[in-house]
Amino acid sequence: MAHRSLLLKFLSAFLVFGAWEIAGRIPVSYAFPTFVESMGALARMAFDGTLLQAYTETLKPLAIGIAISAVTGIAIGLWIGLSNWFDWLFSPIFIVMQAAPLAALIPLLVMMYGIGLTSKVFVVCIMAMPVIVLNTAGAVRNTPSSLTEMGRSFQASSLEVILKIVIPAASPVIFSGLRLGVSAGFIGAILSELKITPTGVGDIITYSRSIADYASMYAAIFSIIVLAVLFLNLLEKIEHFLFEGNTRGYASD
Amino acid sequence: MAMPQTDSTIATIDSGKQDIAVSVRNVTKNYGPVEALKDLSLDFPRGQLTSLLGPSGCGKTTLLKIIAGLLDPTAGDIEVDGKAVDGPGPDRAFVFQDFALLPWASVIRNVSFGLELRGMAKSEREDIASKYIKDVGLAGFEKSYPHELSGGMRQRVGLARALSVDADVLLMDEPFSAVDEQTRRKFQEDLLALVANENKTFIFVTHSIEEAVYVSDQIAILLPRPSRVSDIIRPTGLREKDSHSIRRDPEYLDIVDEIWDSLRSYVE
Amino acid sequence: MKVFGVRLPGMSSLLIWGLLWEIIGRTEVSFFLPPLSAVITTLFEIIGSAAFQKALYETAYAFSAGVFFAVAIGIPTGILMGKNRLLDELLLPWVNIFLSAPLTALVPVLMVLFGFGMKSIIITTTLFAIWIIILNARAGVMQINRSLLEMAHSFGASPWAAFSKVYFWAALPEILGGVRIGVIRAVKGVIIGQLLISIVGFGALFELYANNFLMEHFWAVLLVLFALAFTISEFLAYLERRVSYYAAKR
Repeated sequence: MAHRSLLLKFLSAFLVFGAWEIAGRIPVSYAFPTFVESMGALARMAFDGTLLQAYTETLKPLAIGIAISAVTGIAIGLWIGLSNWFDWLFSPIFIVMQAAPLAALIPLLVMMYGIGLTSKVFVVCIMAMPVIVLNTAGAVRNTPSSLTEMGRSFQASSLEVILKIVIPAASPVIFSGLRLGVSAGFIGAILSELKITPTGVGDIITYSRSIADYASMYAAIFSIIVLAVLFLNLLEKIEHFLFEGNTRGYASD
Repeated sequence: MAMPQTDSTIATIDSGKQDIAVSVRNVTKNYGPVEALKDLSLDFPRGQLTSLLGPSGCGKTTLLKIIAGLLDPTAGDIEVDGKAVDGPGPDRAFVFQDFALLPWASVIRNVSFGLELRGMAKSEREDIASKYIKDVGLAGFEKSYPHELSGGMRQRVGLARALSVDADVLLMDEPFSAVDEQTRRKFQEDLLALVANENKTFIFVTHSIEEAVYVSDQIAILLPRPSRVSDIIRPTGLREKDSHSIRRDPEYLDIVDEIWDSLRSYVE
Repeated sequence: MKVFGVRLPGMSSLLIWGLLWEIIGRTEVSFFLPPLSAVITTLFEIIGSAAFQKALYETAYAFSAGVFFAVAIGIPTGILMGKNRLLDELLLPWVNIFLSAPLTALVPVLMVLFGFGMKSIIITTTLFAIWIIILNARAGVMQINRSLLEMAHSFGASPWAAFSKVYFWAALPEILGGVRIGVIRAVKGVIIGQLLISIVGFGALFELYANNFLMEHFWAVLLVLFALAFTISEFLAYLERRVSYYAAKR
């Protein structure tokens, strides 16, 4: 059965890349290179070091932004989940942030912090933070009440209940919030490179478009999507490995 | 209603001659305008198993959680060994309906969790936990995780955890309702042995009439809205029987029938 | 949250934040943050202006068209994937990839293929919204209780009747959930599209106000946009709750 699923994955990839190749050969547009051309450009950029250089640039604001969002986001989320007062005060802000198109803030951020690293880190943060906060708060609030009651019935202090029951019970959802935050962070990082100043991968995309080197442009876009998807899949695998069985094991299953 | 309502004070006098481990005095519990328990008094004799039996919504779990100290009564007192209860204490241990096992912790850590919270050293608490894991028949599963166990085995972990803190009073909230019928019967037999061997007081919430009559020394029938003790039944000859013949005993059958007659009008 | 036994409504703390904004704005610590009252005054001034109405119209048009395509293509695709295993196995990897892929990277491609206009923005919006709609419709169909299908079958329902009277309704809570998330993503997509392509709609307006340092105007438009986005998402959440009573019963 695993055989069939793998085979179909290959078939599926073959069909899509084949369609890309054919569409590029017709061509459907002067700006639509074939799959083979794009992969050629990708290999060339990978070997001459262009990609490596670009990614060190692109991943910097992403990594800093995610780190800041993770630490502050989880802290705020825990607080919101544990205190009714904080919930009332802060939840609405993050709910609005979650629903609102925060990308609209970019022109303002550029005015306030210029076109450097700070602005880009900010963009990553505003994209990644709301989902991390809301997931953490929701997970804390949804700790199974029988587990906290169990802790209390064995005379656990409030701190022990939080450290030994609430946080471990919430960690799978917190982790998946982080994963969604990283996903949103990627959107922010690329958006800021395309909108604020072309650096890193955004630079390759913008520059190759301006000189009509579409194969390189497609290759750069292809690479960033593959990188993001692989990284997020890796996070998902880690999540499964770490929290296997964590969400099961209650009476209801 | 088929049975005259017994006044709560009579219920107290009825078992008053014995050594009382836990006593509930005039407890009232309101949730906003809703009266869940009203002026309820009940005594639990030491070393015996008392069932709280009643239709759903009669407040039996609320009463159990008040005894556990997990809920505060609106009025009234709980005494365990003559000391007033104001919160959870080491003299009582709770067995949960949905087991309440930590899914991220192994069986041995789950069983020793109560001792861990008391600050006992790791090697010491794991020695004690291993003993109780063996006692409940889970030897060899120490390193397993809850999701790898069946429902019945999970409840054995919950039971071992409650036993390991060596509390005088064991509070069991419908402990067998989430396991299948056959496992349940085995549990009931094991429970009889446990009551006979350990000198502990058991307070046992159930909605099964047969289960209550089978395992109990004393059955308190609770009626709902607001909840009060309507009757206390003490089977006389069942404890001497061996566990296999209880269900064929005429007294067992009579009591089951009698309880059903008094409860049927409360079942929707 | 209760204060002196009185329940405070859920979002009421936003009033406090508004007040804080006003106070900080009045102290003039930052040029970039004018007082809320000034922003609201400006809001009423520009709301009737031609530029604002044009931007609103263009955005609403791109947004509705984008959502329309996402729903019209996404729901049938998802339902077919839920019912046909081969199709599911062929498409699912791609749906998952695009669900988590940074779609902003695709906007430059859309720009060179479809020009710097409305068409690119509509496609961006659709691309943001469609994947979660497909995935949820698929999940909705796949979780339908087998006994419900067998019931329809045993009472002799025709395929169409089974679909329109049972499948669709049984999957509706999940489908609506997908549409709600899809629409929230579409709001983000339409703004990102406009910002990157930036000659139409609110994107152009933001650029204009930012470049001319019209802070009150900038915040006023932002406020309208956030309020609209929040209203849409709350409205859809309300619709979802209306059908969730039977979703929980499974």
